[in-house]
Amino acid sequence: MQAEHSAGEGALFMKCDNCNKNATVHLTEIKAGKKIEKHLCEQCAAANEGLPVKSHMPINELLTNFVMQHSGMQKEVGTSCEQCGITWAEFRQSGLLGCPNDYQVFEKDLMPLLQRAHENMSHHVGKVPARRGNSGVPMKRQVDLTRLRKELAKAVEAEDYERAAKLRDQIRQAEGG
Amino acid sequence: MKLSDLTNHAGEWLRGSGPMSEIVISSRIRLARNIAGFPFLGRCSRQQRQALEQKARETILNAQIASELLYVDLEAAPEIDRQLLVERHLISKPHAAAEGARGVAIAENETISIMVNEEDHLRIQALRSGLQLEEAWEQITKVDDKIESTLDYAFHPRFGYLTACPTNVGTGIRVSVMLHLPALKLTGEIEKVFRAAKDMRLAVRGLYGEGTEATGDFYQISNQTTLGKTEEEIISDFKHVVIPKIIEYEQHARKALRDDRTVQLDDKVGRAVGILRSARLIASEETLLLLSHLRMGLHLGRVKDVDIRTLNELFLLTQPAHLQKIQGRKLEGDVRRAARADYIRSRLSAS
Ligand SMILES: [Zn+2]
Ligand SMILES: [Zn+2]
Repeated sequence: MQAEHSAGEGALFMKCDNCNKNATVHLTEIKAGKKIEKHLCEQCAAANEGLPVKSHMPINELLTNFVMQHSGMQKEVGTSCEQCGITWAEFRQSGLLGCPNDYQVFEKDLMPLLQRAHENMSHHVGKVPARRGNSGVPMKRQVDLTRLRKELAKAVEAEDYERAAKLRDQIRQAEGG
Repeated sequence: MKLSDLTNHAGEWLRGSGPMSEIVISSRIRLARNIAGFPFLGRCSRQQRQALEQKARETILNAQIASELLYVDLEAAPEIDRQLLVERHLISKPHAAAEGARGVAIAENETISIMVNEEDHLRIQALRSGLQLEEAWEQITKVDDKIESTLDYAFHPRFGYLTACPTNVGTGIRVSVMLHLPALKLTGEIEKVFRAAKDMRLAVRGLYGEGTEATGDFYQISNQTTLGKTEEEIISDFKHVVIPKIIEYEQHARKALRDDRTVQLDDKVGRAVGILRSARLIASEETLLLLSHLRMGLHLGRVKDVDIRTLNELFLLTQPAHLQKIQGRKLEGDVRRAARADYIRSRLSAS
């Protein structure tokens, strides 16, 4: 239910230990046999890079994460989903994605969040839609449908019924195929 | 089937007869699904939202999910009807309060409901009395298959079923078990359950979901991890690990109350019976709490002359929308509290 969403949001976006920004870098330090978890925002993490840090993850993966976080920061300004128009910053504000395509557009930025929310898991292992077998529904067709429907909405708004009829045919075709 | 047919009795989930029903009120499974080729609802235009509702409605009505199926257009439904559906756990509070094209399909004696245009395009739910998670899963996965046989779900080989909120992605499953834990509450040991639940990555909520107080000592325990585990694994954890542990805690607390604090227990139960049978004005919060104590007293054999079925029904039928539907008019303030007290007295003396 929708109400359950806010709980998840909490799990997705932890606050930075140093300041009040959202933490995107999560570290585990082992001190005298005790595990200490650290949650930092990009800025504080960058300032802390000198710290001796130990993690569950191999160090090269950790570094990749750092690089990814930083590139993610730059991406925030530019990248938006060409299907629904959402930006990473908008997603972070609402906690809700705009369309199925966003899982591909923001895959790199989403991964650490997904792993935090799902006990470090990153791959679906459950039920798969029956008709499409193991490959699932091709994303490309889903993307095409989204685009066609958007164009249809525009055509209807502009009262271009000829074009709307054509688009309806195309949608029907794409849905059936 | 009409909406008004639902009013006068409790749904299957409140029958109070399933396995472990002394403590487990109900088992609920819901699946979050989105239709491929549409944006998630937050990014839908009015027109897309309507198109989605229409497509989902047609699919559900033609999917032969059940011999009888009721579809309620929630955009057109009056507030009291939407409230009634919330009280029956057939729709969520946000779904009742939302705006725009949306609906709910109800089937199989209310054990199945499908919300259309909630946070995700479809939220399929199976709700059964007592501990019946495997039965609920069997039922819901068939409904899911039937819907999927005529429309494409948004699905990704790596991420699974794609959902508006990434916390639901993967299986899109939420398994919730509603528990009645009055003894743990009275003995103050309920905190232990909260801590254990947190350690196991589970969420604890009140009677009507997020943000609602655990009124009447009802607690909903649900999973939060939806990615990287199969539906069966998640359900099996609940059935074999999580729930038996909590049931054991509660049973232990109940036994301790009965054996070591008999007078205190009888006092609580006796007061509940006394107030419920003589009050002339009563609010719904107080009603839930007293019914909760009475329910515990009944299961511990401290009260004999109350019918468990009547009691279970009262939990639902004393809620605001149900009460007003039964009375056939809008009731507010003291008039409503008086009507509630009258209704409870009539039901508890008749049994
Ligand atoms: Zn910071
Ligand atoms: Zn998008």
